[in-house]
Amino acid sequence: MEHFLLRHRDIPDIGKLETYLKHGGFETFKKALTSMKPQQLIDEVKNSGLRGRGGAGFPAGMKWSFIPNNIWPHYVVCNADESEPGTFKDREIMEKNPFQLLEGVALTCYANSANEGYIYLRGEFYQIRNFLDQCIKELETAGFLGKNLFGTDYSLKIKTHLGAGAYICGEETALLESIEGKRGQPRVRPPFPAVVGLYGKPTVINNVETLTNVPLIIERGAEWYRSMGTEKSPGMKVFSLSGNINKPGNYELPLGTTFRELIFTQGGGLPEGRKVKGIMPAGASSSIIRVDDETFDKVMDTPMDYENVQNVGSLLGSASVIVIDDSHDMDWVIHKTIHFFKHESCGKCTPCRDGNYWMMKIVDRIQDGEAVAEDLTLLKSVADQMYGKCLCALGDFSTMAVTSALERFPEDFEKKVTA
Amino acid sequence: MAKMINLTIDDKTLSVPEGTLIVDAAKTVGVEIPVFCYHPKMEPAGMCRQCLVEIGRPMIDRATGKPVLEGDGTPKVQFMPKLETACTNLVSEGMVVKTENKRVKDGQREILEFLLTNHPLDCPICDKGGECSLQDLTLEDGPALSRFHFDDKQRQEKNVALGELIFIDRERCIQCGRCIRFQDKIAGEPVLGFYQRGRATDVVTFSDPGFDSVFSGNTTDICPVGALTTVDFRFGARPWEMNNMPSVCDLCSVGCNISYSVRREVRSGGKIVVKRAIPRQNEQVNEIWMCDKGRFAGYQTAESKDRLSLTDEQFSFNVTKAATALKEAKQESVIIVGEKLTNEDLFTLHTLTRGLGAEIFSWSQMGGGEYTRALGLPPGSNLGDLGAGDVIIVAASDVYNEAPIYYLRLKAAASRGATLVVAAARATKLDQFASFVVRYAYGDEVETIKGLEKKDKIGKLISEAKNTVVFFGSDGLGFEGTTELAAACAGYVRSKAGKANNGLVGIWQNGNAQGVWEQGIKPLVNLEKTVKDKVVYIVGANPATDLVNMAVLKGAKFVIAQSVLENETTQIADVVFASQAHTEREGTMVNAERRLQHAFAAVPALSGTKPDCDIAVEIGKACGIKMDVPSVANVLKRLAETEKAFVNISLAAVDKVEEQWPPVGKGEEYYSGTVQENKNGLGAKLAHVSGFISAGLTPAKSGERDEILKAVPVTQLYDHSPEVAVNPNLNDRVGILKIGMNRPTAEKYQVADADTVQLQLAGKSVEATVKIDESITGNVVTYPRNYAGSVSKPTAVELLARLQKASAESMN
Repeated sequence: MEHFLLRHRDIPDIGKLETYLKHGGFETFKKALTSMKPQQLIDEVKNSGLRGRGGAGFPAGMKWSFIPNNIWPHYVVCNADESEPGTFKDREIMEKNPFQLLEGVALTCYANSANEGYIYLRGEFYQIRNFLDQCIKELETAGFLGKNLFGTDYSLKIKTHLGAGAYICGEETALLESIEGKRGQPRVRPPFPAVVGLYGKPTVINNVETLTNVPLIIERGAEWYRSMGTEKSPGMKVFSLSGNINKPGNYELPLGTTFRELIFTQGGGLPEGRKVKGIMPAGASSSIIRVDDETFDKVMDTPMDYENVQNVGSLLGSASVIVIDDSHDMDWVIHKTIHFFKHESCGKCTPCRDGNYWMMKIVDRIQDGEAVAEDLTLLKSVADQMYGKCLCALGDFSTMAVTSALERFPEDFEKKVTA
Repeated sequence: MAKMINLTIDDKTLSVPEGTLIVDAAKTVGVEIPVFCYHPKMEPAGMCRQCLVEIGRPMIDRATGKPVLEGDGTPKVQFMPKLETACTNLVSEGMVVKTENKRVKDGQREILEFLLTNHPLDCPICDKGGECSLQDLTLEDGPALSRFHFDDKQRQEKNVALGELIFIDRERCIQCGRCIRFQDKIAGEPVLGFYQRGRATDVVTFSDPGFDSVFSGNTTDICPVGALTTVDFRFGARPWEMNNMPSVCDLCSVGCNISYSVRREVRSGGKIVVKRAIPRQNEQVNEIWMCDKGRFAGYQTAESKDRLSLTDEQFSFNVTKAATALKEAKQESVIIVGEKLTNEDLFTLHTLTRGLGAEIFSWSQMGGGEYTRALGLPPGSNLGDLGAGDVIIVAASDVYNEAPIYYLRLKAAASRGATLVVAAARATKLDQFASFVVRYAYGDEVETIKGLEKKDKIGKLISEAKNTVVFFGSDGLGFEGTTELAAACAGYVRSKAGKANNGLVGIWQNGNAQGVWEQGIKPLVNLEKTVKDKVVYIVGANPATDLVNMAVLKGAKFVIAQSVLENETTQIADVVFASQAHTEREGTMVNAERRLQHAFAAVPALSGTKPDCDIAVEIGKACGIKMDVPSVANVLKRLAETEKAFVNISLAAVDKVEEQWPPVGKGEEYYSGTVQENKNGLGAKLAHVSGFISAGLTPAKSGERDEILKAVPVTQLYDHSPEVAVNPNLNDRVGILKIGMNRPTAEKYQVADADTVQLQLAGKSVEATVKIDESITGNVVTYPRNYAGSVSKPTAVELLARLQKASAESMN
């Protein structure tokens, strides 16, 4: 199958500007600047049905149409903070197919009449940042970035910005705060970044993978894009497969591909003698799907898109599919997720800050064999108490794995506590 | 007129201006929504999540854009699936808010439970107990039992000095961010911040010295728990043991309304003493703030070991002795008054003066009051109303040090769009909020101010100003300089005299300087000429700090000194009288905005002391002069009869209270902190009296400047004045004597930053430490007032020798 996002798997040195240009790179950008109006690009992306690939699945074109045209300047920010455990798709795109991302950022900037684009990378991606800076420099030398491009009066500058090790900076408003030099903590919403964003100005902020789709959509059109994937979730998706799996890694597949296809056909199935026990389709922020013999087929044949995963009690999220086999207990799994969220909680709001700490203390007791049956009720109660009250999604999502594990895998916990 | 929005909160329908937050709207109809991080004076943060409520909004059909209706025709209201914070949501038409149903109450209780998990069980030893938001809300509606393992509670530092004045207990902190946001947005000095994240978040200070702000004390008022406490008050007393006595601070001319919290205690020998000073709300003066000097300094004077006290026999004896001298001298007597005396003291002393046919002067380093008397801010003026279209000029004043609350008010006015022009000979903290900073060399004050209207941008803004307010201070100036400056400043407000929010404000150095001028008392210009061979009665002033003045006073015929504390003047006096301290007596004062305010006694007076006015009445009677009863009510009545500016003044007018916003106190402190409700009077403005009063001074010699190095007096908030000296906790802030100079001056005299030098000025030799300040303009050294060797006006100085080169530790 042809790769559209992980193009380096078909064309190994597509990461070199020379090769990228040879394969039609930046032709679309040139065509857009010289013969298309920004609104045409927005309409094309809207019609394509492209949904945000960072986890929320919000229609990208609709987000772009929220940008008001009476407040200036506009900014475009690429969210390369990729910190969700189990997610490693953006990394591969940036390392191996950087120019398609950069062309995507450039087209998005033009579409939204922004003259400055930012790529915000998590602090741990400093090598990728240096690499992207190099790529940007090459583009500037080659005349694809800079002032008055292709003889038009459109100028564009793209800058990279490095974070400093905080998962919360993947949250769009915390990301903007971080770029502004402030503590990476989410803002009160509304207002949303589309109206009050970077430096208080209208800002489009999209995930790496989302923006990497843009050159293809503009080049080949919304119709073409809709020919892949499903009706409500069109297009290709890079699935990050990890966990107890023989061939972990990134797999570019159309949305709507089943779990069975991803896990067994592409991923080579589970190690010898192991059975699937649970699936976390959205990384650590997932509700864990329980897989029994009875429910195996139903789950495996569920198409992975933004609608159908709900039928098995979870959400697609960023499609970071973590497979858990029957050699693990779920208390071990949520011990990991709770520690992760407690560590990454920004501390701004009470329920996430204090709730995650509390959950951590309880699950530590469970793991250490010092818990009683009431602790399970307590853990569920604390998770329920946090949900719906937090300032941002981190707090809410930190409870998903906990609540689902306690509900769907009670036997794992009951055996760990004394009555 | 703002658009009004109609909404329902619980069972109440209300109408509030567009742009109101739900939490504030609820307050107006008596619905109390609990908050921690929200404060009515600051932008909401939505952090603590305590104010969760259920919000419903009228449904609009997406397709038609029309409201969706119920069967009976009423709008269908859609409630959000999640609870929302009342502090971040604005009211909208037809909104329905529920604050009392089970879902909301459970939600709020759950947030309290989260906050309590890591909160220590400190109530028995915590200062805030009894006036604590967390305690009150938990008792009202919180969980009764803890489900959290005690051993799981996070242990943190409990006794951290953020700066030497403010301590933080990290276990108690609920990370609401009020202190950080106050320092950043209201004080404009972001010296606090969060450090680390998640459960490890701590409040830290970024400045050195720590928590370097003169507004730091306000954070202890707004901290909802006992995390921030002041060094003076911590472990001092329980709120319910104290009474809050209303007073007005007399340490500068803003006249902050304050409360002294007092209690009777064994530790003080059964006396009633002041335990702390906290702000009292007066939105037209200090809002709900006060500066650290007022909070920490001054009130300890009443307990100083240097108090004067006379037995009844001594008092009678001294009255006779004093009266005899005065009766004999008659018009060869002179009365010198301090600017902290109350209007009642001044009125009485003025009566005595007239009865003797003598002269009365104030002991002051500032002139220009005849201009503020004629052109001061008329009734209806409020600095809080100034904004876009208004022009504020600040001339020769380091407002942050001379009147800190004015710095807050002017900074806020600038943020509302007022044009703030700061003209000074050196950089001050207000510069960063100014629209224009005009720098001149010391000595060029008058030309610079006069020249403002000729400048391009500033001149245009001045000519188009809706309202104009001019402040003048005494940075680098003495009596003559400030008088000339005031005259120059007056030019900008003369045409708008009598119009509200237009006028001249003198940033005086004492609490009732304006009151002194209002009663027609002017500063003494030449001490020697005035007192030579005269009988001198000095009340509330200490001229003899200066050795020259001391010698001059010794040349007087007879000296009567009246003071709270023993000092140089009382020591050389022939007769001494013991005054009551500010906290021991009642009185009224007029602030720089011409507002007359009523201060009440906080503690019983030391035995053997009397209010200054009472002493004057006795002396007057002994001189055979008819003296009015010196009560506040009577004196205000008499002033209303005799002085045009006091025509609307009466006890009733001064003690009148009004509803203020935000509502303060009233049975809860979680909304705006432990600031006191003002139940005793907002004060009353003196009337505008038309008719410009000519100063009758010789015009300034302009343009002449010599190359002699001069020491110019500047104001430092914390100095060696007696009010600050009584609180040793402020010693580090006072610091060693530092003289400021720019680099060219330093190079000329071959000294470097932090060097110790020997100076010769006015016949005296003084040691001081050099502080390089690049912004100082002119061949001067700035010399803070109220230190040894301080000058009262620009004075020639010689840098004799460098005694000690700077070492790494020599500064402070």
